[in-house]
Amino acid sequence: MQKNKISIFDDDNENKMYILSVIVENKPGVLFRITNLFRSRNFNIESITVGITEKPDLSRMTITTVSDVKTLEQLVKQLQKLIDVIQINVLNKENAVYRELALIKMNAKDPTTRIEIANFATIYRGNIMDISNETITVEIIGTPDKIDAFKNLVSSYGIIQVARTGVSALPRGAVNDDL
Amino acid sequence: MSEMSGAAALMAALEKEKVDYIFGLPGGANLPIYDALVDSKIRHILVRHEQSAAHMADGYARIKRKAGVCFATSGPGATNLVTGIATAYADSSPIIAVTGQVALPMIGKDAFQETDIIGVTNPVTKYAFQPRVASEIPEMVKKSFYIAESGRPGPVLIDIPKDVQQQVTKMEFPEYIKVRGYNPIVDADLSEINKACEMILKAEKPMIMAGGGVILSGAFSELQALAELLSIPVVTTFKGKGAFPENHPLALGPIGMHGHAEANKMVQEADCILAIGARFSDRTVGRFDEFGKDINVIHFDVDPAEIGKNKSVNAAVIGDVKSSLRSLIKLIPKNLRTNEEISKLWLGRKRELVNYYEDSIKDYSREITAKKALKKLREILPADGIVTTEVGQCQMWASLHFDVISPGTFFSSTGLGTMGFGFPASIGAKAARNDIPVVDIAGDGSFSMTENSLAVSVLEKLPVIVFLLNNQMLGMVAQWQRTFYNRRYSGVHQKNCPDYCKLAESYGAQAHRVGSMDELEKSLKVAIKSDIATVIDIPIDPDEDVYPFVAPGTGLKDMIIGA
Repeated sequence: MQKNKISIFDDDNENKMYILSVIVENKPGVLFRITNLFRSRNFNIESITVGITEKPDLSRMTITTVSDVKTLEQLVKQLQKLIDVIQINVLNKENAVYRELALIKMNAKDPTTRIEIANFATIYRGNIMDISNETITVEIIGTPDKIDAFKNLVSSYGIIQVARTGVSALPRGAVNDDL
Repeated sequence: MSEMSGAAALMAALEKEKVDYIFGLPGGANLPIYDALVDSKIRHILVRHEQSAAHMADGYARIKRKAGVCFATSGPGATNLVTGIATAYADSSPIIAVTGQVALPMIGKDAFQETDIIGVTNPVTKYAFQPRVASEIPEMVKKSFYIAESGRPGPVLIDIPKDVQQQVTKMEFPEYIKVRGYNPIVDADLSEINKACEMILKAEKPMIMAGGGVILSGAFSELQALAELLSIPVVTTFKGKGAFPENHPLALGPIGMHGHAEANKMVQEADCILAIGARFSDRTVGRFDEFGKDINVIHFDVDPAEIGKNKSVNAAVIGDVKSSLRSLIKLIPKNLRTNEEISKLWLGRKRELVNYYEDSIKDYSREITAKKALKKLREILPADGIVTTEVGQCQMWASLHFDVISPGTFFSSTGLGTMGFGFPASIGAKAARNDIPVVDIAGDGSFSMTENSLAVSVLEKLPVIVFLLNNQMLGMVAQWQRTFYNRRYSGVHQKNCPDYCKLAESYGAQAHRVGSMDELEKSLKVAIKSDIATVIDIPIDPDEDVYPFVAPGTGLKDMIIGA
């Protein structure tokens, strides 16, 4: 069985963001093996999320990485060699739905600031999660680009804390993991 | 289903895998396993240091062509195995390392002799198991052997907490197992083989580069058949040394940093390179960007991740190389007439290069030199004698001056370059084939790292010959300091300490110090017949260098053939 089903290996040699959707055994030590591989082979992880799938003995890891195609190909092959890795789908903006959640806490001592930020949050379809006399915390869900855009927009107010989940993704349409 | 302890289940599962030797050393956390060993038919070889146990299992595996097994206790016992495990990983050798671990409730408490050995060995093991209940042991053992031996072989660790060893429970020994994330490719894609075949048939100056994969897959006769069918000259990587008989008219020997001059030269003139079970290591190809530039490079390998890792190739045949070579040979038309004129020219070039370098490489002149001694060893040792090496100058001289005639009878720590590997590995090889003489081509620096295995060789009656090229130096480092650091020697003088003859005798081994080629011949003949380990101490000049030499970071075209 070929673990990797979507071929993305074109000749483009620029650095791009790729999303790897990796089905792994749901047991102790697997996350360690994967992150250790990235470290020992000098690959780069932008974000990594892990959660169980529709089958309790399997987890899905969503790994985003920025690399050229040649490095990506080697990364995928090295991941495939790991015995706890069941399947890898290489996703991109066109063939996948992908989302990230961010919590952003900003300075908002002044009531007009709070209203302005709340308005921006509405435009970005975010939610106000917490509000105090001094701060406001907004939840934004979307692509990493959208979250970056919101962050830039509100940066002038003074961002105090940011927590991002990293990207979660699934292939579009009838692509099945076939497990 | 019968009730037994985890330790007893381990031994029973190993017996089911037809294990006949275990190399190891007991300690607090594997006492239950050693207790179960008393009732087992498997022969235990007690080592004096766990590193040697791993090397012995490795040497055993490389000759027996099945996994070798080593035991160690937790903590320092386990960490002492690490160099041996890393060596096996770098050379794709199947070993099963079974370590004791502190009891489950103590894990994570920084208990006495507790080390997270699975974490420590993660980058150098193919997989690792830690049973949490004893009933998992039989299946884990079976999976370990399957993973270690199949696909691209490699070491597997089984780390067993002491309470799990002691737990008595009902055991089931599975006949079949499946590892769902692990499906090594055996049969290659026929269309890629077709593509490769066309490239080879089209080439006027084809060259085969045989790597360690040929030895691991036992594809000796297939390789020879292909080379002879199309009259293709064969170079090897260092790990592939002996994949092809080195006295064959088509053989050119290893290429690389200390490759044969004619092999390094001719591989640059080829118009098509067929790499079989090779990984284009820096020590073999020099520079990735220069090697095989602008020509067709075809890569046969069992490991998909090797394709394109160091070298982009024009055709990639992924699968067991023995099976791939068989398919390739079938595709070559029976009545194919190679263009004889072109082929003659190409083979003529081989003879020309061999003659040229024979004349132009000057021999170091002394009564005994490494080169002369190794030629003598080849003359005296039977063709099927097994040879391994230590690491450093002795190893590279062996590569250059010792021709392997019978395929698969030579191995060395080629990937990791582990000093101290050769001697214990030769004892492991002797355990695998005690009917054949086994020689460790050694240097004093490397041998002194695991010399205490003399006790094992003597007591366990696994006699090997230590062919000690003794220059009282860490010779390879000294050579680099001569070449690149203006003779500023730093930390290389071992001097005449110890006296290796007295050392060997104190262990009950035999020892000869030889002062002439005649004495060397005599003592070799005695040693081969001897049923006790023999150290032949061969004093050589500390200034004798290994040539040819391709300096690190340069390409094969920059080869230096002499000082």
